[in-house]
Amino acid sequence: MRDFFIFFLLLFSSLMLCAEMIPVCSECEVKSIIVGVNSASDFDTLLIKKGTYKEFNIIINKPLTLLGEDYPIIDGEDQGEIIRIISDNVTVDGLFIINVGTSYTTDYAAIRVVKSDNYLIQNVVLEKLFFGIYLEKSNNGKVYNNKIIGDAVDEYNSGNGIQLWYSKNVLVENNIVQHVRDGIYLEFSDNVSIKNNRSTDNLRYGLHFMFSNDDVYTDNVFENNGAGVAVMFSKRIKMIGNTFRKNWGTAAFGMLLKEINDAEIRGNTFEENTIGISIEGSNRIQYSNNNFIKNGWAVKVLGACYTNTFTKNNFLYNSFDISYNSKLNDNVFNQNYWSDYTGYDLDKNGVGDIPYRPVKLFSYIVNKTPETIVLLRSLFMDIIDFSEKVSPVFTPDNLLDANPLMNKAL
Amino acid sequence: MLKILKYSFYDLIRSRWSYVYFLFYLLLGFVLLFLNNDVSKAVITLMNVIIVLVPLIGTIFGIMYYYNSKEFTELLLAQPIKRSSIFLGQYLGVAGSLTMSLVLGLGIPFVLYGLFKSDAIFDFTLLLVTGAFLTMIFTALSFNIALSNENKIKGFGYAVLLWLFLAVIYDGLFLMSLIIFKEYPLDSFSLAATMFNPIDLSRTLILLKLDISALLGYTGAVFKQFFGTNQGLIISILMLILWTILPIWRLIYKSKKKDF
Repeated sequence: MRDFFIFFLLLFSSLMLCAEMIPVCSECEVKSIIVGVNSASDFDTLLIKKGTYKEFNIIINKPLTLLGEDYPIIDGEDQGEIIRIISDNVTVDGLFIINVGTSYTTDYAAIRVVKSDNYLIQNVVLEKLFFGIYLEKSNNGKVYNNKIIGDAVDEYNSGNGIQLWYSKNVLVENNIVQHVRDGIYLEFSDNVSIKNNRSTDNLRYGLHFMFSNDDVYTDNVFENNGAGVAVMFSKRIKMIGNTFRKNWGTAAFGMLLKEINDAEIRGNTFEENTIGISIEGSNRIQYSNNNFIKNGWAVKVLGACYTNTFTKNNFLYNSFDISYNSKLNDNVFNQNYWSDYTGYDLDKNGVGDIPYRPVKLFSYIVNKTPETIVLLRSLFMDIIDFSEKVSPVFTPDNLLDANPLMNKAL
Repeated sequence: MLKILKYSFYDLIRSRWSYVYFLFYLLLGFVLLFLNNDVSKAVITLMNVIIVLVPLIGTIFGIMYYYNSKEFTELLLAQPIKRSSIFLGQYLGVAGSLTMSLVLGLGIPFVLYGLFKSDAIFDFTLLLVTGAFLTMIFTALSFNIALSNENKIKGFGYAVLLWLFLAVIYDGLFLMSLIIFKEYPLDSFSLAATMFNPIDLSRTLILLKLDISALLGYTGAVFKQFFGTNQGLIISILMLILWTILPIWRLIYKSKKKDF
């Protein structure tokens, strides 16, 4: 067994040793990338020098490294797909790709990885694109430090920034995605980790999850997207330390959870969204240490949400803290800080002595008759909210935080 | 007119009530900031105070001042002075001193607390501007009531009723009509209804800054146009100016006709 291992190591290193560096430039021997790829042997590096290469349908069918020097421009001239990777162990580094073709029948992408493993796509800049980086049934890859700037205007003829489809164990880190349809899109992709990305000004969602389990996303920023972030039909997702800001509009939210089970949502900041989190049919989710600041609705619960727990969250200056559309409640609110809390703490243990009711009668009225929103913060509303607080009739009477904190939770 | 304005103004700022009013706001500002430790939260609380209390005090003060200085007014009327300048001077004296108490009383604690370094400065300025408008409007309304009613008790009653109606009852009726007619498209109606009440109008103006994210949650082109662009701000301010000018105009018109 050991000899076998050494044999492989030697074989591998010999392969590495004979790996060549092939320069590509307008004055070099190899003038185009397609020619370079065809003439290269396995594990070679194509050093693409500064210049403009008008090429598309570059098919990489062997383990190669495409290394750009000073961001060479690959101009697809709106003809179609630009790079398609169909081999394992391919690295694409430092390219500037523009003008991906738009099609209503084929999802043309700037870089598409098909059924290949162990790829690395980094330091790539994509502009004027349809789809950006499209990972299709490709596992164990890394998408790192890329910048994707689209010019999407309509949803029907624009594509997604980074799309994962049936791809497992992928790391998506430090990318910037702007002005595309969905910033990052995952479908049937498990064990993906999404870190430190900035997804802003996208037409539809900053991040879009469908049928993807066991994924983690941490420290991302989602700002000013058409509808925020949508997480749907997925299990065991972890969302930690993300920021969701300024998603305004009639159907906009910081985050939409639909049919999500057993997720953990911790340390996120939801700031100035029309709806901070909109929850529908999601069970057993732990919400802790999140900040909800100046949202229209911090949390909007639409129904069929059971055994969720909210602990140590800060609800600061939201127009409405929680909105429910039913009288049933099976969710637990405990030890949160509510800026609207008016109770007192006589025993000075940091916990308010009277419970806080986060659902106001007014939010119930607004659910029924949306135009009444213009009466927000009027004295009359405060009076009827107060009477509802004293004796709940329309809002779930067991929906309360029995131990509201007196100071912000850290 | 300026002489009468000056007289009324000095008379008022030397009076005890102006000091009380000023000290009240000063104390309110300091206490709010001391308890909240946060300028933006204090601005929200202040908004609730301003849209309720400022109109009340404007109304009561205006009507009280008019009835109290009635004899002096009659003395002035015997002099060769234009009627409009007598009443306008008195009105501006009252409204001016009240506005000054409000602006200084709230301004001093917030400035001391580092308003200029905070990002709430625009919200706060808007708050003071609406407060000033509300003072002007409600003082003018109360002068109108006083001018039309010789009977002090009746005048007082009407003034308090006016405040109660605009501050509470109007919103109640408004809410009821929205709920009853909820099958119909109501967005234009609800915006129009806010225009007919200066308290609702100033509330809307402040909401535009504080709760814009919630207001944009409603599906409707009219709302989106009103709240999503600067149109809402401009229309609200224009309506507030109109609300100030109309009672003042009626005050001048009525005072010219009135038989003393």
